[in-house]
Amino acid sequence: MLTSSLLFIPSLHDFLFSLLPPGLAKGAEMVLVGIIYLTIFAVAGLFLVLLERKVAARFQLRLGPNRVGYGGSMQTLADALKLLSKELTGTVRADKFLFNLAPYFVIITALMALAVLPFSQSMQVFDINIGLFFLIALSSVGVIGILLAGWGSNNKYAMIGAMRSGVQTISYELSVGLSLVTMVLLAGSLQLSQIVEVQKSGWLIVQGHIPALIAFMIFMIAGTAETNRAPFDLVEAESELGAGFHTEYSGMKFAYFFLAEFINMFIIAAIAVIVFFGAWLSPFGITESLPWLGVFWFLGKTFLVVLLMMWFRWTFPRLRVDQLLTLEWKYLLPLNLANLVLMAVTVWLNLTIQF
Amino acid sequence: MSYFTEIYHGVKTLLTGMRVTGRYFITSGKSAITQQYPDNRASLKMFDRFRGEVVMLHDENNEHSCTGCQKCELACPNGSIEIIWDRGVDPETGKKKKFIDKHIYHLGMCTQCGLCVQACPSNAIVWAQKFRKTRSTTEPS
Ligand code: SF4
Ligand code: SF4
Repeated sequence: MLTSSLLFIPSLHDFLFSLLPPGLAKGAEMVLVGIIYLTIFAVAGLFLVLLERKVAARFQLRLGPNRVGYGGSMQTLADALKLLSKELTGTVRADKFLFNLAPYFVIITALMALAVLPFSQSMQVFDINIGLFFLIALSSVGVIGILLAGWGSNNKYAMIGAMRSGVQTISYELSVGLSLVTMVLLAGSLQLSQIVEVQKSGWLIVQGHIPALIAFMIFMIAGTAETNRAPFDLVEAESELGAGFHTEYSGMKFAYFFLAEFINMFIIAAIAVIVFFGAWLSPFGITESLPWLGVFWFLGKTFLVVLLMMWFRWTFPRLRVDQLLTLEWKYLLPLNLANLVLMAVTVWLNLTIQF
Repeated sequence: MSYFTEIYHGVKTLLTGMRVTGRYFITSGKSAITQQYPDNRASLKMFDRFRGEVVMLHDENNEHSCTGCQKCELACPNGSIEIIWDRGVDPETGKKKKFIDKHIYHLGMCTQCGLCVQACPSNAIVWAQKFRKTRSTTEPS
């Protein structure tokens, strides 16, 4: 059920259909939606990079970028312009085709994931009925881009980084998936709009209380690992591997990886918000009469979760590869399975809290 | 059972770490240690422990306490200190004695490691905070 439409701008939707024949209008609408989401991608990416740098500075008692624009607000824009003007270099005897293909893999999966997120009641491009499953699947496809980048670079460090990424994603997507499955048990649907609907009688983290809380903690840990952020950034451990899988990339191709990383963080935070904190629903339904405020609630909550992930990043030291695997297979996975049973029992005995 | 205590311990230590950084995050607005140097040139006060340059202390009679023992010269890993000395006769005791002619400190080679200051037995050399060795033509010297 493809609902690609500009339903969140109804007047534009009607205008397009009155102006063009239906087929053409549909096409034009798709292009427009694509452009809007690409813009969101770029703006959100740049904003998150700036936010990360500012937040990191505060955690380390520094000031952070504060020269370009008011309080440094234009810094990442300037950086992006600089990267645009850089030469695109490559290595000799690299696999040129895969080398050039890799960044697109990474950003396209990130963009596809953006499409299914319900930003508000009407602002969702693609309300697929297996939404959550789709998101989990996409987050594992993104790693192919990283593997291709490592392989195509003809660089040992890049290769090691990519392999580590493979190890990490294979292990941690299990935890991401299982913690989400735990919540699906409670919500009873994979469709994102349906999951939000269920939360009208209390956010799932409240409804599911203890097991939901455990699932949230596991999801945050595994989600941070999925996005290859510190403390799980073995993929691009600067002190060991240079820049990891994107060592050989320069200019805009490097920027793609960089932006995709931050967008992935945003997506993980958004999934957490959708599944645990009621997406665009306001707390206690205080702004229920103003549905367009949903976007702000959604972005606000996502922003808080992103802040939490940054807090992790600037507090914890990086794990070793063996520690990484120990954490997943010896701790997260058994806990997750036990939690799944706990949640099943909770739902079965109707011990959920509902308002 | 130790499995669960391990988990408990792990989570607790992680939260302790997060509390520390969280406090920094909340309080760091004004207390950031970054100095926005050329902007605050007039009011900048360097920290006591700052290592700007090695200087030889002189008292009010313009006398220093360096004995010319050359320990600083030996201690310096990259030869930034050169001591030029001479032998002479001490006018008081009439004995032969080593006199310091010149204590030369090459700032350009110094790595600010501080070994010379530690090595000096008579505390003749100390750290000074001055780090700016130039001036623009519009400023008074
Ligand atoms: S601080 Fe270190 S490098 Fe500089 S003069 Fe003293 S011993 Fe030599
Ligand atoms: S170690 Fe001290 S006393 Fe000896 S030569 Fe150097 S500055 Fe003079």
